[in-house]
Amino acid sequence: MELNSLKKRRRFNSAIQVVSSLSALLGLAALLWILLVVLQRGVGALNWDFFTKLPTPPGIIGGGLANAIVGTLLITLLAAIWGTPLGILAGVYLAEYGKGTKIAVIIRSMTNILIGIPSIIVGVFVYALIVLPSKTFSAYAGAASLAIIMLPVVVRTTEDMLSMVPNALREAGLSLGAPNWRVILQIVFRAARGGLLTGILLAVARVSGETAPLLFTALNSTFWMHSLNEPIANLTVTIFNYAMSPYADWKSQAWGASLLIMGAVLILNIAARLAFKERSRAK
Amino acid sequence: MKETAFKFAVSSQANLQKMETRAATQDSASQFKVSVRNLNFFYGKHQALFNNSIDILGHHITAIIGPSGCGKSTHIRAYNRMHELYRDQRATGQILIGGQNVLSPEVDAVDLRRRVGMIFQKPSPFPMSIFENVAYGLRLNYKLKGAELSERVEQALIKAALWKEVKDKLHDPGTALSGGQQQRLCIARSIAIQPEVLLMDEPASAIDPIATAKIEELMLELKANYTMVIVTHSMQQAARVSDYTAFFYEGRIVEFGHTKQIFTNPREKQTEDYITGRFG
Repeated sequence: MELNSLKKRRRFNSAIQVVSSLSALLGLAALLWILLVVLQRGVGALNWDFFTKLPTPPGIIGGGLANAIVGTLLITLLAAIWGTPLGILAGVYLAEYGKGTKIAVIIRSMTNILIGIPSIIVGVFVYALIVLPSKTFSAYAGAASLAIIMLPVVVRTTEDMLSMVPNALREAGLSLGAPNWRVILQIVFRAARGGLLTGILLAVARVSGETAPLLFTALNSTFWMHSLNEPIANLTVTIFNYAMSPYADWKSQAWGASLLIMGAVLILNIAARLAFKERSRAK
Repeated sequence: MKETAFKFAVSSQANLQKMETRAATQDSASQFKVSVRNLNFFYGKHQALFNNSIDILGHHITAIIGPSGCGKSTHIRAYNRMHELYRDQRATGQILIGGQNVLSPEVDAVDLRRRVGMIFQKPSPFPMSIFENVAYGLRLNYKLKGAELSERVEQALIKAALWKEVKDKLHDPGTALSGGQQQRLCIARSIAIQPEVLLMDEPASAIDPIATAKIEELMLELKANYTMVIVTHSMQQAARVSDYTAFFYEGRIVEFGHTKQIFTNPREKQTEDYITGRFG
């Protein structure tokens, strides 16, 4: 009886081990497949013109996505400028000032819900909030929608990173007669800076590939922008438009744009990882 | 008063000493740097300290000993209101430091903590350079710059017996030092702003014996300028460095007196049991 159950247990263990290993491989294989296909099809589209020229009308070969590259960079930067301070301050409230209060618990669970909200809903929300009253699609509206998507990610990572800083450090700061805000800004932030940077980079990486919210807010454009208050070219909506088109040239450029975004996200993720590692080493 | 003292003297030598301590309390309250009266402490609904009263003499080292969980740390953390960092912790009673009840809401906690410094169990250097660690409190409390600031940092590091070891690497991170050096850095950081009272919460419990010896030596040197209260779970350490010792048990001060008397001739049975290793 004893022996029998031991055998059974061992067999069961190896079965679980095999199934979980296969699942991991399957997930990794899908990812690799996407990466390889995008690389293979996209790399041909990436040339000097791609980065420096404006899009051409269908049928005319050549042209590039310079305006969309600049547009995506601008929208993402603006979103980071709006979303980061707000997110970090809210994270400070959750981890420091509001710690243990009911209102912090409510804000935290709302933030968790916000993380899970489909991005298209954020797009429609900003459409109603900004695009309709201002009667124009704009870089501002696009950045606002991306900032809203970034916000909960930054809030939660900030809170988590600040909570990882040992209380001993806060107490040591206070025991020198430092007011609370100084302890947070000068000591706790410094101790958590690698983690905070990681959080921001990951949030930026997350929104830089968003398409749905931009469809409702920034729209797209085939020209250089003249102001931030007009529809602005961006890579993701361009991918959407070009990939749906019947023109081989556009399709190829869509692959190129996909490769570009994927590469950027990859670099951001590696940078985030390095920032976090450096922090652990400094500790 | 004398009559009562006489009566007690007849009954027991130990009680006479008790009366002396009390008489001293009443005659010249001013010579005590810290006077605690009926301190009660609560973690939420759980009471951790019960009517603690104690008088701490200036420019001496007072040790607080007792088994784990007896409220030693809790007791001294009320002196600089460190407990206020935590929402559910609460202290009642009086803690007079320099004659002022610091538990009163009129006393600003930030100002109080400048006057009452604290060294913690785990060395806690800030994530900045050795120089900046010591300069932090100085910059916070004084308008110091350049040479004057460097001078004060150097003085603090010399007093903390760390200068020789770090003078060539002042701009290295404080976290790169060894545990014992980190703790002396924390002491330098605290004494740089010249607090009136220095609280030490098991300052050597996370450090190796040689570093501990250095820190104990340092305490004896600092005694001339500071009033120190040290919480320790090492009775040997209390015996080595302190002038007075208080024995805590289950949130109450069981016995308080000269260190020599506590360790050689304790009045209370519980104290004797603890120092002879029968429990704790």
